[in-house]
Amino acid sequence: MSQFLQVLLSGLSTGSIYALAAIGFTLVWQAAQTVNFAQGEFVMLPAFFVLIGIHWLHMPLWLALIFGLIVAVIVLGLLFKKLIVEPMLPNGGLPLIIATMALSILLKEGTKQFYGAEAQPYPSLFPQTTLHMDGAVVSVQDLLNLVVSLTIVVALTLFLNRTRTGRCMQATAQNPAVAEILGVNTKRMVLYTFLINAALAALASFLISPVYLAKFSNGETLGLVAFIAAIVGGFNQIRGALAGGLLIGVLDNLTATYVTTEYRAALPLVLLIVIILWRPQGLLGTSEGRKV
Amino acid sequence: MRRPGKPVLLGLGLVALALAPVGQTDYILYILSSWLVFAIAAVGLNLTLGYAGQISLAQASFMGIGAYTVALLTLAGVPWLVAMPAGVLLCFLVGLALGFPALRVQGHFLAFVTLAFNTLFFLVARNEDWLTGGPYGLSGMPRPDFWLFNTDPNLPFYYFTLIVFVISSALMWGIVRSPWGRAFKALRENPIRAESLGLDTRRITLLAFAIGSAYAGLAGAMFSPLVQYIEPGSFSFVQSLRVLLMVVVGGSGFFFGPVLGAAVVILLPEFLRFTEGYYLMIYATMVILLMVFCPSGLIGLGQRLRDRFRPGRELRGDMKQGAQL
Repeated sequence: MSQFLQVLLSGLSTGSIYALAAIGFTLVWQAAQTVNFAQGEFVMLPAFFVLIGIHWLHMPLWLALIFGLIVAVIVLGLLFKKLIVEPMLPNGGLPLIIATMALSILLKEGTKQFYGAEAQPYPSLFPQTTLHMDGAVVSVQDLLNLVVSLTIVVALTLFLNRTRTGRCMQATAQNPAVAEILGVNTKRMVLYTFLINAALAALASFLISPVYLAKFSNGETLGLVAFIAAIVGGFNQIRGALAGGLLIGVLDNLTATYVTTEYRAALPLVLLIVIILWRPQGLLGTSEGRKV
Repeated sequence: MRRPGKPVLLGLGLVALALAPVGQTDYILYILSSWLVFAIAAVGLNLTLGYAGQISLAQASFMGIGAYTVALLTLAGVPWLVAMPAGVLLCFLVGLALGFPALRVQGHFLAFVTLAFNTLFFLVARNEDWLTGGPYGLSGMPRPDFWLFNTDPNLPFYYFTLIVFVISSALMWGIVRSPWGRAFKALRENPIRAESLGLDTRRITLLAFAIGSAYAGLAGAMFSPLVQYIEPGSFSFVQSLRVLLMVVVGGSGFFFGPVLGAAVVILLPEFLRFTEGYYLMIYATMVILLMVFCPSGLIGLGQRLRDRFRPGRELRGDMKQGAQL
């Protein structure tokens, strides 16, 4: 039982980090109908910005984190939107999908060339101690990761539902034409969405890199898990992406501990196929209806 | 004024392909043969992507199914001519089974399902040692021997791939020109109108995906005797992306787009060898630029240039608007 609790908690912890990436993915999908195949690399890269801040610019950790966040928002939010998404929107969805795939190769290979192929040790944000509760050994890092990412999700939900800007963003996502008529600056709202996505990816990166180490190929699994979490939970819902992320994190850890490690990576994929067969709109999603 | 017709160009192209390997080294022969093999897979994907407008990210895993089927059967002594159809049929059936649920829903679900499938295939190929040889793969597959025409040396094998390539392309030409193939185009251009004209869009898309997958199976059936050594890494997700890029770079929806694209994707690493590790970065940047400036690929770019230098060949300028109406 105590082992089960441990596995459950560490599953929830990684799952909540997956959820951050999945939520960003969902937001961008809603606002710009853009499927970002480079989302995994968006989570991989900010950790390297922080490492650059620490090793090359000799910043203390807290400053390097802020530096990493700002660079990530500029590069993965602003530049991604202006240089890749915007010129390609008139060409339709397919070229953009292909371009994000190429972008993921570019970011991955770029990191490998400029920072090396080995996994880089990454400073932990939280103490590496454990708590003993009822016989279960609980890692403080897992616990705090979970708390921090859930706080971010709650803050984001509050921002989207309670502030004027957030509601304008939602309106833009739901119906850009009507939002524009009602005086919403839709272009600006879409840009905000991309910036928020970059920030979420950066935060996920800071939380997950102490666990996985910073490596150029981290994005491959992270990106796939983020897609799957978004689809499993319901593509058009923030709480869906959250549920999807948590579910995959927990199931992943449970399979690895109790069933098989060889097929650990297969589980989210099987889950994806089952969900698409059984409930294509996702666990918490509402059907979007056919656009005819 | 008649331009030299397409048949003439096609004939010249075939002669060039037939003469290309004369006096070349084994290495060049290998590059040329693998170009034709990947071109078959890309031609198949072009049906799914370029004509039916669905993204498949599992082309490499279908090549893998074809390659492993042929490898296991030929190693057990079954002739290639029997093993190949078995692999192709298996891919067709798996394609149907995979596409059926994914195409129930709109959007790019097929892309995600095929992405997941490719990763699953890789895991199974790596972990099920008893069947696939695990990470060490299978080796020593015999090349087919057709009585008088033994394809064991590299030169005859090139001609063998060329023949298979020509036959499968001709078949695809027939599929695309048939009324049934035109339905694909209608579907891509305007799915709502296609549906209102009574086309069962879901069935057509599903068949396009399954046929595209069967072509990948054929490519795999050629790949297996070509390299005579297969392992899971040859059929990973990255390879699927490579095939996808072949179609897109060449020009999806153009019949010869994927053939050109396969040449670029196979040959570019050879040209960019001096850049060493930067090859993939240069390549990715080129793809992004191509998508920004000319999403219809190299053939589309060529057409656009031709139109610029020979404007108004048929259309009178003042008629343009009328022609659009």
